Order: sequence, then structure tokens, then C-alpha cells
Amino acid sequence: MKTTANLTAALAATLLLGGVAHAQEKKVIAVSIPAADHGWTAGVVYHANAAAEEINNAFPGVEVIVKTSPSASAQVSAIEDISAGRGMDALVILPHSSEELTSPVKQIKESGTFITVVDRGLTDPTIQDLYLAGDNIAVGHTTAKFLVEKLGGKGNLVVLRGIPTVIDDERIKGFEDGIKGSDLKILDIQYANWNSDDAFKVMQDFLSKYPQIDAVWANDDDMLLGVLEAMKQSGRTDIKYALGGNGMKEIIEKVMAGDPVTPIETPYPPSMIKTAIYMTAAQFTGQAPIRGTVKLDAPLITKENAGEYYFPDSPF
Amino acid sequence: MTHASETTVPRPGGGFRIDLKAAAPFIALAVLLVFGALLNPNFVSAANLLNVLTRCAFIAIIAVGATFVIASGGLDLSVGSMAAFIAGSMILIMNGMGGDPTIGTIALAMLIALGIGALCGLANGVVTTAGRIEPFIVTLGTMGIFRALVIWLAEGGSIAMKDQELRALYRPVYFGNVFGIPIPVLVFLAVAAIAAFVLYKTRFGRHVLAVGSNEEVARYSGIPVGRVRTLTYVVQGLCVAVAVLVYVPRLGAATPTTGLLWELQAITAVVIGGTALRGGTGRVWGTVCGALILEVVGNIMVLSDLVSEYLIGAVQGAIIIVAMLVQRSMSRRT
Repeated sequence: MKTTANLTAALAATLLLGGVAHAQEKKVIAVSIPAADHGWTAGVVYHANAAAEEINNAFPGVEVIVKTSPSASAQVSAIEDISAGRGMDALVILPHSSEELTSPVKQIKESGTFITVVDRGLTDPTIQDLYLAGDNIAVGHTTAKFLVEKLGGKGNLVVLRGIPTVIDDERIKGFEDGIKGSDLKILDIQYANWNSDDAFKVMQDFLSKYPQIDAVWANDDDMLLGVLEAMKQSGRTDIKYALGGNGMKEIIEKVMAGDPVTPIETPYPPSMIKTAIYMTAAQFTGQAPIRGTVKLDAPLITKENAGEYYFPDSPF
Repeated sequence: MTHASETTVPRPGGGFRIDLKAAAPFIALAVLLVFGALLNPNFVSAANLLNVLTRCAFIAIIAVGATFVIASGGLDLSVGSMAAFIAGSMILIMNGMGGDPTIGTIALAMLIALGIGALCGLANGVVTTAGRIEPFIVTLGTMGIFRALVIWLAEGGSIAMKDQELRALYRPVYFGNVFGIPIPVLVFLAVAAIAAFVLYKTRFGRHVLAVGSNEEVARYSGIPVGRVRTLTYVVQGLCVAVAVLVYVPRLGAATPTTGLLWELQAITAVVIGGTALRGGTGRVWGTVCGALILEVVGNIMVLSDLVSEYLIGAVQGAIIIVAMLVQRSMSRRT
């Protein structure tokens, strides 16, 4: 929050100092993202602000403005306000909801603005010039492949899933596909709402219910924190792996420290917003062609490459 | 006044008679326990039962406070957000204190947390009584305020205890036990015992019930209605803070989703326990039993393979309604 305030102040100062004539020449990139209301979106805000600061410092000809909105309707107002006020040459948007944002973004597109859509797609994909997203299926699939290999293709698993959404379904589907053909068996799967406390309870119950578990997968790192506490309390030694997903810094720290139970991580990085902002800026700074679709992979994060995904200052 | 029949007074001509109304939630709990044992023998293992008993501590403690508020005819929707706010503040205070981690550090943080809880409750109470606004609206407002404050403090992420030594020192408050009884269980039993004493044996307790059963009559009887109401919210705030004291050592962190929907669980526990939502009665031990019922239902759902994970919510809802029906049909017989 403080960084946001500082940044806004810095942006305002730049504007004043630069003067109107100078600002006219600048290419404006507006970034519209949801306000921070949980770990992942907090990470998005952090990385968007970081990208704006870096690009504004590096390229005097480009100005990145970051706007956070607490709801879909607020997001619509925000992009309409920027469009009507200063105008923009490009819009990087992580939509609150696909349906509500589609037609407002389409209108902005019609005024000649370059549109970059991140993570959640719009209902009409012809609007976007660039689409950038992570790979939720790979989050599940990569984790599953790791377990198949490490457990020798045989063992009992329990799984904690989040809230019934497309993201959750894709991760679970990727995981189920990943263990297909092996003798890994999912003993049980329960919703724990991407919440540490709920995950703690569910894991305690799994431990009571099943005398032998080889590995547990929570499809999000917040839940993994609860799972690890429940395991610690039970003192059980049969569980060889407890894995998460998303790239929370506390879990990346475990990977970097070579934790035997959580030796790997799969990212669905909030820093994808940064990738999108940089790519969008590229066409104004270096005339690089960037139209198309980019899918960031969810590679295995191990001790060796964990540094690449570690942001100690980020809230996530 | 009629509500004084909380203790089982032998009625004239009735001989020995158990107060079925007060016993109903306990009977419902017993039925659930038998049901759970039949479904999965692991359910009655000591480890599982202790887990469940420990886990229900937060809701039980908060719901004991809610019993006062509801008995006096009020309502507090802010308890879940308040818990998250107090937890977040408490962790930040511990992180900020520095120095060598000692019991003193934790004790001081605990005292401050209790203070914050009392102040949050006081704010709810004063706005409700002095501002003459419906408690539903006031606490809906403060619910949003407390939640936003946590999100702000955490910058959307999580607030975690930084000092691992301090965390290790504090951890036993959730995970430790005294003669085999987990500490959170001892805490909620103590809170409930004190609350029962206050509600049934003190003047304040009688005033709470009087205000809840008929505010006008209470006013004409010289009871300071506003002050009594306000104090019930302070009691609620203190209970939330006590719950936080045992919550923080569990995961050592607070996030924007901490305590989400706890207010509904607390209110449900109070009602299952036999306290009427319209006020005038208060059943502290029934409330504790209600909290236990909620936790047991969740536990049975995960332990049994009866329903798919998609339908658990529906079955939980149905069980709660059936438990209420059983309870009502029993109370009609008295």
C-alpha cells in the first residue's frame, strides 16, 4: 500500500515536471488490475508497480500507469476514465470477470488502443492483440509427474483443492492426467477453499482416516501451510512429500533450503503481469512484433532455479 | 421472569424431571457421535476426537461471547473480521517488539490483543446504543472495516510471525496439553465456566436476560439498558480476542481469509445450543455443544465416503436443520 502511494506520488511528480508538451510525446500504457485482496492478487499489484517503475525509469518515451480496482464495475469505470481523460496507447488488463469487461475493452480497442489481456481471457478473443497467461493444467501435471517419478509409480495420495472454479478444475484435471497410467492412487480429495485453516482441518481428518499416505498435494500454497502444520502435529512419518503450487515466497524458501518434504514447487506466478507489461512496452521502445498468445509454462522449481522465482519483498 | 428457569428447578407435582430443552443439543451431539462411530471406526479414536475438540475451540469461545450479545437481543456480524484484525495486529506487535523471545513478549502481546478486542467490542456497542442503529447494520459495517484493515496491514498477502524461536515458544498454546487435555480445550472450558457464572449468577447476567426479553420493562425496572447492551459487545470482543490467543500459535499467521464466515458459524452454534435469536434466553453450555456439533459434522463428512466432495455443504446444512428439528420437538414435550 505504501509503495502504491509512493509510486502514485512519483508518477504525479513526473507528470508535473515533464510538462504537458513533453507528456504528449510519451506513449501511455495503462495497466488495469484487481486490487489486492488475497496473496496472489497482492503479488500482481506488487509486480505491476515494480514493472511500471522500472520501465518509466528506463524508457523516457513510455509511461506506465497502474490502476487497481476492487470490483469488475470499478474496473470498467477506471479504464473508461483513463481513456476519456488522458487517452492511452496500450491497455494491459487482468480482468475481474470476463463477461463484464469484454464490451468496455472492445470500445477502447475501437479507438485504436493496443490491448493486452492477462490470465483471465475476455469472452471475445478477437479483441486482444496479445494474450498472456500461466498454465493451470501444467501446475497439476508437473507436480503429478514429479510424484510419479519419485514414488516409483506407486503410492497413496491425498489431494486438497480450492474453490470450485475453472482454475481449480484445470489444476485437478492436469494432476489426474499426470498420474494416469501409474499405480498412484488418489485416496481422497476435498475442498479446502484455498484457506490455511480449512486445509489444516481437512489434513487432520485425512490423517485420522488413512493410516498410510505417501504424498499430499494441496493445489495452492496457502493450503500447504495448513497441511504442513497438521503433519507436524501428528508426528506421522509415512508422508514422503507434501507439495503445493503457485509460488508463494514462504514455500520457495523451503525449496531453496532443500526441504526434504517440499523439495519442489510449481509456479502460477503473479509476476506474469510484469512479463505482459514488458512485452507491451517492447513495441514502443524497440519496435518488436508481439501480437499473439503467450502461455507461460509451469516448470518444476527446484533448489537450482528457485532464485528465479523468489521475490523476498513481494507480499506473496 | 420466566427465563430464570435455566437451572433445573424441580417443578411442583412433576417429581424429578430433566430439563429436556437444555439437554436437547447434548442429545443431538450424542446421536451424531454414534452415527460417526458407525460410519468409520477411526472417528472414535482418541486422536481424532481430541483434534475435533481442539479445533472447535475458536468458534466455541467466540460463540460464548455471541451468547451474551444475542441473549440481550443484539447481534454481532463482525466477529470473523475482528478475529482476523486482532490476529494480524497481535502478530505485527510481536514482530515489532524485537529483543530476545521470552514468555514476557508473548504475555505482553496477549494483553494488547485483549485490549484491542475489548475496544473493537466497545466500538460496536457504543455505535449501536448511542447511535441507536440496528446492530445488524452497525456490525455489518464494522465487519467490512475490520476486514479491510487486515487486508491493508497484510498488503493483501499474509502476516506471519517472523521470529521462529518465538513461534516455537508460543506453539504449545495450541498444540500442547495438560494431563492429556489440549490447552485450547481447557481454555474454552474455562471461558464457558466463567461466562455461565456471569450470565446466571451475577446482576449483570440477569440484566442481560431482562433486556433481551423485554427492553421496555427492563428500562422501567431501572436497568441501564444502553450500558448493559454495550457491555455485551465488550464481552464479545474479549471472547474474540481470547479465541485469537489460541488461534495465532496454530499457523503463526493471519491472512485476508482468516476468520471468514466465522460469524455465521458462531451464530449457528448459539442457536443450535438453544439460545433464541430474539433474545431473552442464554445457554452457555448449549452454545459450546453447538460449536462442537458443527465441527463434528464437518469431521464426519470428511471421514466418511458417503458423499462426494461436491455435496458436503448440502449434507452439512441438512444435518444442522435436522439437529434443530430434533431439539424443537423435544422442547415442545416439556
